[in-house]
Amino acid sequence: MDEKNRKENRKGLMVQVRGLRFLRGSNVIFDGVDLDIRRGQVTAIMGPSGTGKTTLLRLLGGQLRPDSGTILVDGEEVPRLSRKQLYRLRQRMGMLFQSGALFTDLNVFENVAFPLREHTALPEPIIRDLVLIKLQAVGLRGTAPMMPAELSGGMARRVALARAIALDPMMIMYDEPFTGQDPTSKGVIVQLVRLLNDALGMTSIIVSHDVNETAAIADYIYLISEGRVVGQGTPDALRRDPSPWVDQFLNALPDGPVPFHYPAPDYAEDLLAGADFG
Amino acid sequence: MGFIVGWIRFLGRRGLRFFARLGRGHLFLLNLLAALPSLLPRPGLVVRELYSTGVRSMSIIVVSGLFVGMVLGLQGYNTLSRFGAAESLGALVALSLVRELGPVITALLFMGRAGTSLTAEIGLMKATEQLSGMEMMAVDPVKRIMAPRFVAAFLAMPLLAAIFSAVGVLGGYFVGVGLLGVDSGVFWSQMQANVGWRPDIVNGVIKSAVFGIVVAWIAVFEGYDAVPTSEGVSRATTRTVVNGALAVLALDFVLTALMYGAG
Amino acid sequence: MPDTRAVEIAVGMFVAAGLAALFLLAMKVSNLSSFTAPQGYVLSAEFQNIGGLKVRAPVTVAGVQVGRVIGISFDNTDYEAVVKMAINPKYDKFPVDTSAAIYTAGLLGDKYVALVPGGAATFLKDGARIKLTQSALILEQVIGQYLFNRAGGRK
Repeated sequence: MDEKNRKENRKGLMVQVRGLRFLRGSNVIFDGVDLDIRRGQVTAIMGPSGTGKTTLLRLLGGQLRPDSGTILVDGEEVPRLSRKQLYRLRQRMGMLFQSGALFTDLNVFENVAFPLREHTALPEPIIRDLVLIKLQAVGLRGTAPMMPAELSGGMARRVALARAIALDPMMIMYDEPFTGQDPTSKGVIVQLVRLLNDALGMTSIIVSHDVNETAAIADYIYLISEGRVVGQGTPDALRRDPSPWVDQFLNALPDGPVPFHYPAPDYAEDLLAGADFG
Repeated sequence: MGFIVGWIRFLGRRGLRFFARLGRGHLFLLNLLAALPSLLPRPGLVVRELYSTGVRSMSIIVVSGLFVGMVLGLQGYNTLSRFGAAESLGALVALSLVRELGPVITALLFMGRAGTSLTAEIGLMKATEQLSGMEMMAVDPVKRIMAPRFVAAFLAMPLLAAIFSAVGVLGGYFVGVGLLGVDSGVFWSQMQANVGWRPDIVNGVIKSAVFGIVVAWIAVFEGYDAVPTSEGVSRATTRTVVNGALAVLALDFVLTALMYGAG
Repeated sequence: MPDTRAVEIAVGMFVAAGLAALFLLAMKVSNLSSFTAPQGYVLSAEFQNIGGLKVRAPVTVAGVQVGRVIGISFDNTDYEAVVKMAINPKYDKFPVDTSAAIYTAGLLGDKYVALVPGGAATFLKDGARIKLTQSALILEQVIGQYLFNRAGGRK
């Protein structure tokens, strides 16, 4: 990566991924993925389940190392960072896990206060104010004294969101933020993602397979299938994309380039062969 | 033929898995030890864990210690009085407790009470992505979660073992002197004449501290190494008890041989 | 989990209880207290055979413990064992013709030193030597002698 590229990164791109290759055992998860994620935008990474979208977020966050390729986040090459540098970079990143990953032994207030207490030496009254501000932003200031077990799934995810933005990160990653939510909380989270992105000037990355919700707020969408980027563009551009991959995914067709049938021997032969699967 | 090859492969696979786990366990211990200095500015973390490991184990330790001491009093009296040596009861009760039963039973109970909950707690934190989330918040879970629990368990063990032994001696006194009529003065003087500070009490404390390290290490590691599903966590909890008990008993033999075997 | 204050109090009490238990073990159960007590004045005695007497074994008079064995050594000139005993200074009126013997507590118990006061008018001083001694009874010798006598008697 030459100097000119680096400078450009610092200006326009928050994340730049080139030639990413990642294997799990002998399974190829990513095979030559290129991504550009622009600052201040909401970028969605979509694809069928099991395509390693969560793995991609872990690669960006440095929890996994790629087998080859480069990952630049805010101009820093994540896989090459020392532990200390990585932790410093992560303080500027937020991540919202699918489960929320709230600390079950701490109440809502302490959960949101956790990153502040760990990374700052702010006096207690300021921490209190900051936590209440973040909780207010997600509409859950009233839940401050509650334990995570008392929250509904949607509320837990919003509290986790408040925690993820506690340190005012430059970038936030959402792992399947809409999955398993009722329509109302889905709508709330869709609103929040967009709102927080614009209000706090963050860069947002959404990993999701919910087409409608994601397309409603994303500025740019990458479509990943079988380890490759099979389509990209703004939501409108993608809708007009003639690619069969894009067509199948966006319109939820049961059969297409992603076959309905998992690869198997010939049906008739298989039935007649009588070999067991033990 | 195929059966034999399959069997040998099975053995090999188990062996490889065993050594891989052993290696991971030791690397993890190194990580834990390296994380200890980070606790110095934050003793509050350890105090909190001392509460959930130490204080909450108190009741079971006190009650068990009392009963074990009382049983020792009864059994010891029956056996000793056959040889006309019932006055040695104090020595027998105290030596058994301080050298062996105190550290060993405390370690086993502590593992059942505190060790399993450590494993389950950490395993569940892993299964619910709390550890992963912490890492992404740039907080090292080994420093923030594992190390305080490890230290607290290590500190709690010798204290609990001492309480167990002391309560046990009182239990033995209650049965021997109160119920069976051994002379109170003889009970204590025989005890003091035969129990040494350095060879018995200090060695007992060393034993319980070593057990504390081992139990804490196993419990925390099994949680950390658990397969992050509810089944994986329950398996890890079982492994804590089994591996912990085996480790404590085997180490007890080694330590006893080192401490008393040669002398 | 209760609040920090309650946690700290509970933990404090737990640690205190642990240390108290350790203190009890040290002072009441073990012989640490008698270690640290003043050593008292020293008497010595020579025995032909001490047969398993150990350092820290009790020294008794009329069955009451008055001191401890603090040292055992071997005199290279007259081939006898020298036993040094620390006697509690409370008991400082042992006549010079006091005798010392090594006995066994019970049939299989530990060896101890028993002092039997004599009738002289002067008393043993610090560092004095007890001249009248009786060696330990060695069980094997006694049995050997008994068997030998029996065998002799049957002839």
